[in-house]
Amino acid sequence: MTAPEVDSIIERYGGRESAILAILQDIQTKEKYLPKEALEHLGARLNIPLNRIYRIATFYRALSLTPRGRHEVCVCVGTACHVRGAQRVMDQMNLELGIHPGETTKDKNFTLETVNCLGVCAAGPVVAIDGEYFGKMSSVKVPGVLKKFRSDKKEKVDEKD
Amino acid sequence: MRRIDSPQALEQFRAEILSKRDPRQSLITICGGTGCHASGCHQVVEAFKKVLQDHAKNNGISLRVTGCHGFCERGPLVVVHPQKVLYQRVKPEDASAIVQETVLKGKVIDSLLYEHPTTGEKIVSEEDVPFYKKQMRIIFGNNGSIDPTRIEDYLAVGGYQALPKALFSMKPEQIIAEVKKANLRGRGGGGFPAGVKWEQCRNAPGDIRYVICNADEGDPGAYMDRSLLEGNPHSVLEGMIIGAFAIGSHEGYVYVRNEYPLAVMNVGIAIQQAQELGLLGKNILGSGFDFEVKVSRGGGAFVCGESTALMASIEGQVGEPRAKHIHTVISGLYDRPTNLNNVETWANVPLIINKGADWYSQIGTEGSKGTKIFSLVGKVNNTGLVEVPMGITLREIVYDIGGGIPGGKKFKAVQTGGPSGGCIPESQIDLPVDFDRLTEVGSMMGSGGMIVMDESTCMVDVAKYFMNFLKDESCGKCTSCREGTKRMHEILTEITEGRGTTDHLELLEELGWTTMEASLCALGGTAPNPALSTIRYFREEYQEHILHKKCPAKVCRALLTYRILSDVCTLCGRCAKACPVEAISGKAKTKKEKGLPFKIDETKCIKCGMCFESCKFEAVQVE
Repeated sequence: MTAPEVDSIIERYGGRESAILAILQDIQTKEKYLPKEALEHLGARLNIPLNRIYRIATFYRALSLTPRGRHEVCVCVGTACHVRGAQRVMDQMNLELGIHPGETTKDKNFTLETVNCLGVCAAGPVVAIDGEYFGKMSSVKVPGVLKKFRSDKKEKVDEKD
Repeated sequence: MRRIDSPQALEQFRAEILSKRDPRQSLITICGGTGCHASGCHQVVEAFKKVLQDHAKNNGISLRVTGCHGFCERGPLVVVHPQKVLYQRVKPEDASAIVQETVLKGKVIDSLLYEHPTTGEKIVSEEDVPFYKKQMRIIFGNNGSIDPTRIEDYLAVGGYQALPKALFSMKPEQIIAEVKKANLRGRGGGGFPAGVKWEQCRNAPGDIRYVICNADEGDPGAYMDRSLLEGNPHSVLEGMIIGAFAIGSHEGYVYVRNEYPLAVMNVGIAIQQAQELGLLGKNILGSGFDFEVKVSRGGGAFVCGESTALMASIEGQVGEPRAKHIHTVISGLYDRPTNLNNVETWANVPLIINKGADWYSQIGTEGSKGTKIFSLVGKVNNTGLVEVPMGITLREIVYDIGGGIPGGKKFKAVQTGGPSGGCIPESQIDLPVDFDRLTEVGSMMGSGGMIVMDESTCMVDVAKYFMNFLKDESCGKCTSCREGTKRMHEILTEITEGRGTTDHLELLEELGWTTMEASLCALGGTAPNPALSTIRYFREEYQEHILHKKCPAKVCRALLTYRILSDVCTLCGRCAKACPVEAISGKAKTKKEKGLPFKIDETKCIKCGMCFESCKFEAVQVE
C-alpha cells in the first residue's frame, strides 16, 4: 500500500487519532492484512508511536499482521453451530487444508479462520468463504465446498505455511 | 430529499407518502435479512425482478426487500400482500408462479405454504403460523413490512411520531419520568433501569454528554440486535434522538460489530437519510435541538461489548474495561457523562413515548416490563427470532413457538445469557422468563440468546466450549480472569479427554468462585457460570466422564469408539472412501466380486466421525 493511499484513508476520517481502529480496518479490508510500511506511515502522520498501533493491531481479532490467502474460509463456531457439530466441520477443514485457524496455506490460496457467530444460526453449522454462506454443513460436505475455490486441480494442499 | 422543519411538515410528508400507497394494491415482500441471505434470497429477489419486468403492463405490483421476519428456519420467506400469504423456502424458479397465480389470480400455491408440523395442515396466512401466533411483535413486527433503506417506509408505518411528541410536548424530565415509570430495563444483559441511568447522566456535572448505542452483539447464538439494526434502523435512531434530548446530549455513537456488514451499511444509510430530512443534525424539526450520530465499527473483540471497553475502543484505544468506581454516566467516553444502552433498549423508547408508560407496563411481569426478543437457536425445529412478553414460560418458547426438538429427540437444557450465562435443565422448563427468574436459577437474561440442547448435546463439552471462548476473549487485564478461565478450560479438557479425576469438580468450583470475586468487569465476573451451572444441574454427566470415562451424549471424541456392524453393513465402501487416515479395511461389493467385510483399525482411527456421517445405512456405531 502506497503512502498516498494510506493518506486518503486517514483523510476519510478527518485525520482524527480516535479513528485509528476504523483506519486500520480500512487498510485491512484493502490489503487483507496490515503491511508494516502502511503502519509506519500511519504512525508518522498521526503522531502515534508504532508500539501503540501494534498494541491495537494485535488486540482486535479483525486485524492481521500477516498476509492473508486469496480466499478466507470462516468456520462459525458460535454456540448454535457448535451444538450442531461445528467442531467436526472445523476438524475436517484442518485435515483438508492442512492448516489450523489463523494460518494460511503455503500456496496463499486459503486462510482458515473461526468466527464466534455469524448470526445465521438457522443454517448452522455455517461456513463463510469470502462472504458467501454455506449452510447446513457437515464434515462430509467440506471437500465439495472447498473445491470451487481451489486454485489448482490438486486434491489436497498438504503443506503448512 | 427535502428538509423538514416542523412537526406539521413531517405529518404532511407522511400523508403524501401514504396517499401514494394503496393498501389494496399487490405487494410482494421478500425477507432480506442475513438468515434468508444465507439461504439464497438474493437469487429469489432477482428472479422476481425479472418476472415483474416481463409483466410491465400489469404495473401496480410492487416488490419490497425487507428486514428479517424472524422465521429464519424457513427462509427465503416471501409474503404476498394484501392477502398476507406466506410462502416459505421459496426458490428462484417459484417467482413466476407466485406472480401468475397468487398475485394476478389470487390463487394460493399449496406446495409453498407452511405445513403444521403435527396436524399437517397447510397454513396460508403469516399470523396463523404457530411460530408467530404466540409472539408479541411490538418492537420487531415492522421489520417484515419495511425496506430498511427507505425512510419513507418507516414513516409510512408511523415511525418518527414519538420524536415530535417528545421534542415539542414533553420536557426532558417528563421523558425520563415516563421511561422510569415504564420500568424499561436494559436489554443488553444487565437489566439496569434505563430511566434511572438517563437521569443520572442528565444530572451529571459537565456540558458535553454522549449517548451510545451498543450494537457490539458478541454473544454467540444471539442476533436480534443485528436484525433490528439491519431491518429497522430508524426505530433505534428515533429512540436515540429522544434519549439524547432527555439527557441533553448532542453527539451519539452506534458501536456496531464489524462481522455484521449489512447492519453497518443499513444504519449508515438510515443516518444519512435522517440527516437529509432534518431528523438528525442541526435544529431537528425546527425544535432548536441538535444531535448527530456517528457509526463506529468494532474490531472483533467480545469484551468491547462491555461499556467501558466499548468507550475505550471508540476513543481509539485497545478495548480493555476499567474499574467502575465512577460510573460511565458520570465519566465515560472522553471522561464525559455518557449514557450507553443496547439496540433493543433504544428501539423500545419510541413505543413508550407513543403509547405511554401505562400501556407499556401492562405487558410483562412485576419486575420486568415489555417484551424481549430472543434468538431461539440450536436443537429446535423453528430456529429464528422471537419476540415474547416477559414472563412467558420456557416451555411455551421451546415447544409452542419453537416447535420442539427435531428428530424426536429428548429436550435436555436451554442455555441463556450468552457465554457468561447458564444452562437451565428440563426440571425448570416451566420457569417464567424474566430478568429476576433467570438469575434465580443461576443463569441470566443476557442479550437474549436461547440455545436449545437435546440429549445428544454433552454438557461437559458445552462448558468446555464456553470456557474456551471466554479464555480467548478475556482481555487479560485481571489475573483471576485471564488465568482462571484458562485453568478451568484445561480442567474441562482433561475431563472430556478421559483424564478427569474426582477432585476436579471441587477445583472447578473453587476456581470459579475466585474468578467471579476477583475480576473487574462482568466478563470475568460471570465467566465461571457455564461451568458452575452445568455442575449444579448435570453433576452426573460430569461423573460419567470422570469415573467411567464415557460421554453419554457421544460427543467427546477421545471417549468414543467407532465400530462397523457387519450385519447391517451393505459393503458399499463409502466409509472407507471417506476415512481420511485409511483406518478402514475391507472391500466393496461389486457385480463381479463378493467384497470383504469392513473393519476399523482402532490404532489408526482419529475419531473424526467421517465414516459415521458418510454411512447411509446406520452401520457405523458409536460407543
